[in-house]
Amino acid sequence: MNAAVSPVLEARALSRRFGGYFAVAEMNLTVDKRSIHAVIGPNGAGKTTLFNLITGVLPPTMGDILVEGTQVAGSRPDRIARLGVVRTFQGVRLFPSMSALENVLVGRFCRTRGGYLAAFTRIPGKAGVTEAASRRRAEELLERVGLASRRHMRASELALADQRRLEIARALATDPQLLLLDEPVAGMNPVEVQEAGELFKSLRDEGITILLTEHHMSLVMAISDQITVMSYGRKIAEGTPEVIQRDPQVLAAYLGSEATS
Amino acid sequence: MLLLQQIINGVMLGSSYSLIAIGYTLVFGVLHLIHLAHGEVFMVGAFVALQVVLLMGGGVGVAIPAAAVASAVLGVLIYLAAVKPIMARKGHFLAPMISTIGVGLVLQELATRMFGGEQVGFPVQMESHVWHLGGLTITSVQVVILAVSLGLMLALHLFVTLTRVGMAMRATAESMVISHTLGIRSDRIIILTFAIASALAGVAGVLVGMSFNSISPYMGVDMGIKGLAAMLLGGLGNVYGAMIGGLVIGIVEVISVGYLSSSYRDAFAFFVIIAVLLFRPRGIFGSTAHVEG
Amino acid sequence: MLDPYIESILIFSGINVILALSLYLPVSAGLLSLGQGGFMAIGAYVSGYMTSVLGWPFAVALIAGGVSAGIVGLLVGLPSLRIKGVYLIIMTMGFGEIVRVFFLNFEPTGAASGMGGIPTETTLPIVVGVTVLVLLMCFQIRGSRIGRALEAVREDELAAEVIGINLTRIKVAIFGLGAAVAGIGGGLFAHYATFIDPGQFGFQRSAEIFIMVVLGGMGNFLGATVGALVVTILPEVLRVGDMQEWRMTFFGVLLVIIMIVRPMGLIGVRR
Repeated sequence: MNAAVSPVLEARALSRRFGGYFAVAEMNLTVDKRSIHAVIGPNGAGKTTLFNLITGVLPPTMGDILVEGTQVAGSRPDRIARLGVVRTFQGVRLFPSMSALENVLVGRFCRTRGGYLAAFTRIPGKAGVTEAASRRRAEELLERVGLASRRHMRASELALADQRRLEIARALATDPQLLLLDEPVAGMNPVEVQEAGELFKSLRDEGITILLTEHHMSLVMAISDQITVMSYGRKIAEGTPEVIQRDPQVLAAYLGSEATS
Repeated sequence: MLLLQQIINGVMLGSSYSLIAIGYTLVFGVLHLIHLAHGEVFMVGAFVALQVVLLMGGGVGVAIPAAAVASAVLGVLIYLAAVKPIMARKGHFLAPMISTIGVGLVLQELATRMFGGEQVGFPVQMESHVWHLGGLTITSVQVVILAVSLGLMLALHLFVTLTRVGMAMRATAESMVISHTLGIRSDRIIILTFAIASALAGVAGVLVGMSFNSISPYMGVDMGIKGLAAMLLGGLGNVYGAMIGGLVIGIVEVISVGYLSSSYRDAFAFFVIIAVLLFRPRGIFGSTAHVEG
Repeated sequence: MLDPYIESILIFSGINVILALSLYLPVSAGLLSLGQGGFMAIGAYVSGYMTSVLGWPFAVALIAGGVSAGIVGLLVGLPSLRIKGVYLIIMTMGFGEIVRVFFLNFEPTGAASGMGGIPTETTLPIVVGVTVLVLLMCFQIRGSRIGRALEAVREDELAAEVIGINLTRIKVAIFGLGAAVAGIGGGLFAHYATFIDPGQFGFQRSAEIFIMVVLGGMGNFLGATVGALVVTILPEVLRVGDMQEWRMTFFGVLLVIIMIVRPMGLIGVRR
């Protein structure tokens, strides 16, 4: 890898214990800027816990998390989000009774200003400068993920694939540097997976770093720049897709022989 | 010596709180419901006992069974009419609790209309002995209160440890998750739980009536909140915790009256509630388990 | 001239709409309170004391009452809004009772015997004016950046937090705002009733405010408004026999029925 590329995220000796066992144990992880970095591993390997630690949903038991050099271990999720690290959830967590457009607009919250006073003094029915800009941005993002025509539908009425897309659009609305996607194509058909892969690559090309977990191996191998393999909370291998596909330890622990073909 | 006297007085007072708190905790255990009409069940128990004694005569031996039976019936009716239909609908998780608020308002007003809004004397009398042990003063009323409430707690303990039904009840109360999978949470257990919880509250109504010598339709809210405080202190769903919690609140209340102003005694339980909630903010609902996935 | 009976119903309708909205505001972020009566009491006592004892102008006293209740709301909210659901309800119940017991023992405002001699300042135009202002405020919040964030927090706290919404800040602020509105409602009440005592602001009052909001559906402020009007006017319209005497029974039964018939629709969507 290019030595001039600085990491957007660095985890050092990161651990999380639940009672007697470590869901994540002494993980070291470096995510380079403008890359797609996949974390793979069998179910229960600690991938979701790792995401929870990085985004502040759970505090780590030990270790450091640096976002562009700033220590965030133990910080609240909203602070980490304002530093540019935003995630989606494996189980999709939208605001179900709000429209698709409103879901994305909420994403603009942390990048806009205006408290109660601004709310009281605005002219009813007329969007102010900030609000108009937010709306334009939200419309663009919906267009981007292919939901423009469904922007007034309630989030709960969307199909699962659309809900996943909407969740990504909402995350993008926060102007993230690092986007964490927890199994973003689970439940999608092959065409939708293909489209999602294209979207992730184009986001990377625009400068957004992506850290994702996924069980869909062909997608992971096709789009990732780096892959980290976890098993029982530990990192067991790391490298480019080519390297990982040939790593005997990985094959033994996880991939199985058919994945190498 | 003063302190010891206060502790004794506190235990007398607190044992009634314990009986109420046990009811809350049992109901919470089987249904995850804070039964906000439970204080009114307590109040109705006291009034029924009063009416029965006025009509038929008799003392504690009549009043306590009457209150227990009437409250048990009332509690089961509340479950069947205002809780079960809502649980069956699987609505918002607070809906059953909101429903019990409605029940509480109804019971309170019914009692006010039937018995008047004023405090009424509670003539369940018994020969009053006063014993002096050194500097301590103990009355026969206090002894009866203590004997009845401790006796009931012991009976409950035996019930939940020795009988099959009782064990099932405790299993349900102490571990919602496990009993869900075991399928113990049958309607029969729930009804039994409401009956026992309400009967204990009814008996507490008589005991409180005896110790304060008066009852009023509004005492349900106040005692209800104190029982809640005791339950929270003991830990939700924990029967023994509720027993201890009630005694602690009773003792501290009496002592705080001794050293602070007596007029603020009723605020004390609320401070306990707030302190417990603040220092143990993550109760059962606040766990992070749902975050995964 | 308006019939005094009709006028009094209209004034109470307005005050109750304000009180219902004071609860709707925190509810819009998923915070249920059974202690609004406590904030109402603070507003009533503070403003009543200022006009009757200190001789301050009504407008100043009304605002001061609202601000006092709002500050107490912030102080109570700051530590307590980490807790949720059932616990928050119990907590607010406890708070309401503490306020009641406080005024029951607070000699400067008459303690248990209450505080009389508060000038009649609350007139129908004033009530209507304040009600419209509060309604307008709710309307303005609803379509704003803040309003969306409140709704997001109500629907899914964790999802809101991971996209950069500071839960503590937004919850404490809306709780405090609700408390301030309840305080203003209390101030208007005090200057219409002219005599207040702690019993008027106890659990029954908090429960009544709660019922208004549940009745109207917790989804939006118009529902709370309609709920308040129903709770105020229905007993008057149905004045057959002793309806006033039985109003809590009526509303208690109504509450149970609503929970049985429409538990989801009335409280809003939640998984």
